Amino acid sequence: MEERIIRVLIAKPGLDGHDRGAKVVARALRDAGMEVIYTGLRQTPEMIVEAALQEDVNIIGLSVLSGAHMALTPRIFELLRLNDMEDVPVFIGGIIPNEDVPILKEMGVVEVFGPGTSTEIIIDSIKDTVLGERTD
Amino acid sequence: MNALIEQVRIGRRRAIAQLITQIENNDTAARSAIKALYSDTGKAHIIGITGPPGTGKSTLVNGIAKVIRKSDLRVGIIAVDPSSPFTGGALLGDRVRMRDLSGDVGIFIRSMASRGSLGGLARMTGNVVKLLDAAGYEVILVETVGAGQAEVDIASTAHTTMVVEAPGMGDEIQTIKAGILEIADLLVVNKADRPGSDRTVKALKAMLQMGQSRGYVDHHGKKISVKMSEKDRSDSSEHWQVPVLDTVATDGKGIEELVEVTFAHKTHLQKSGQWFQREKARCRQEIGQLLQTRYLAEIRARVPTTEREKLIVAVAERRIDPYSAVDELFAQTNYRD
Repeated sequence: MEERIIRVLIAKPGLDGHDRGAKVVARALRDAGMEVIYTGLRQTPEMIVEAALQEDVNIIGLSVLSGAHMALTPRIFELLRLNDMEDVPVFIGGIIPNEDVPILKEMGVVEVFGPGTSTEIIIDSIKDTVLGERTD
Repeated sequence: MNALIEQVRIGRRRAIAQLITQIENNDTAARSAIKALYSDTGKAHIIGITGPPGTGKSTLVNGIAKVIRKSDLRVGIIAVDPSSPFTGGALLGDRVRMRDLSGDVGIFIRSMASRGSLGGLARMTGNVVKLLDAAGYEVILVETVGAGQAEVDIASTAHTTMVVEAPGMGDEIQTIKAGILEIADLLVVNKADRPGSDRTVKALKAMLQMGQSRGYVDHHGKKISVKMSEKDRSDSSEHWQVPVLDTVATDGKGIEELVEVTFAHKTHLQKSGQWFQREKARCRQEIGQLLQTRYLAEIRARVPTTEREKLIVAVAERRIDPYSAVDELFAQTNYRD
């Protein structure tokens, strides 16, 4: 019996205290049949990567509203590399200025979801990324 | 897979995480992993934490782990949350309360979705416990889904089970119902800074005193035996008094004592021979379950779907009864050849 359940980490790095968006996304992914590991507010990059490692998630979703994405994202990728986890895709949701999006994608972020993105689009994107890329 | 197992033996965290996923997703993988690792297990003290939702189990686990880490023992944590019966999805949120533990390489936390199991744990939780045991975690904390009255699987998985309640749990009648309170080796009233905690502690103590009329009782100066449940009988060599402890997990109050009593329970189990008795009880149950699964798989393999379907229709149409249908299925498996 082989089960194929997508495990997603939803984390909020940085210092802003608004997690409504992250919770809405977490709930939507749950309703789409995924197992969502929700870590709560004010996570350091170290905490996020440690959780992703222990939980063996298929994908990491970061919610950033603070404007600190250009500082936090590179550190998260660095830690993923240090832990041999470069194969774990990362997406970002939140308030990200348009000009930063190509730079984040250059770093390795698979997708950036701005305000107003429907949860269906996020769900489809995760399914494409995870089920399309991993062949284990 | 074999490479992964070797890495688990030396405690590589990524390998542990990946093997847990394989065990969760795939029965065949679980089987080979446990076959390979079983001889390395049996060393860990397995502590179950159960109780209704919102009583502070995760925060308590966080506090307990912090205290245990002072003695340098490595701590594995398995936190189970429910899967949706409709979509199969789950929101695993126990880590939110365990943020203090992050950055400590002596701690490994894994969230598990219950995936359809109803006893408070996931079907593979026992195997994940074995894996962490084999990987060298000396204390394993297993937090069940928010459990009400009947989710008692943890009692057969853990050596020490603590049942966590919060003030305002209901009146005394709740405390004498069968179920979750019966499996407690320790009773914890968390959120003890809230009003009504005295009453809850009192109600639980009263429940325990009522329970003491089990076993040998002094009746007009004569020792007489009264009917005992299986658990009491096995405990009677040296009776463990279930303590009621109060804690405030959010500020650490009472946690040191709780850990002390938990370790005292381990010593009690070992000295009284109960440790092995509990191991045996657990193995008996586990083998029974595996046998059941195996039998079912065997019957499915040996009797064609069309034949099984015919019998199901026959039962639905009241042409035969379900017991006779099972007789028929058993006859068709032909176990002698």
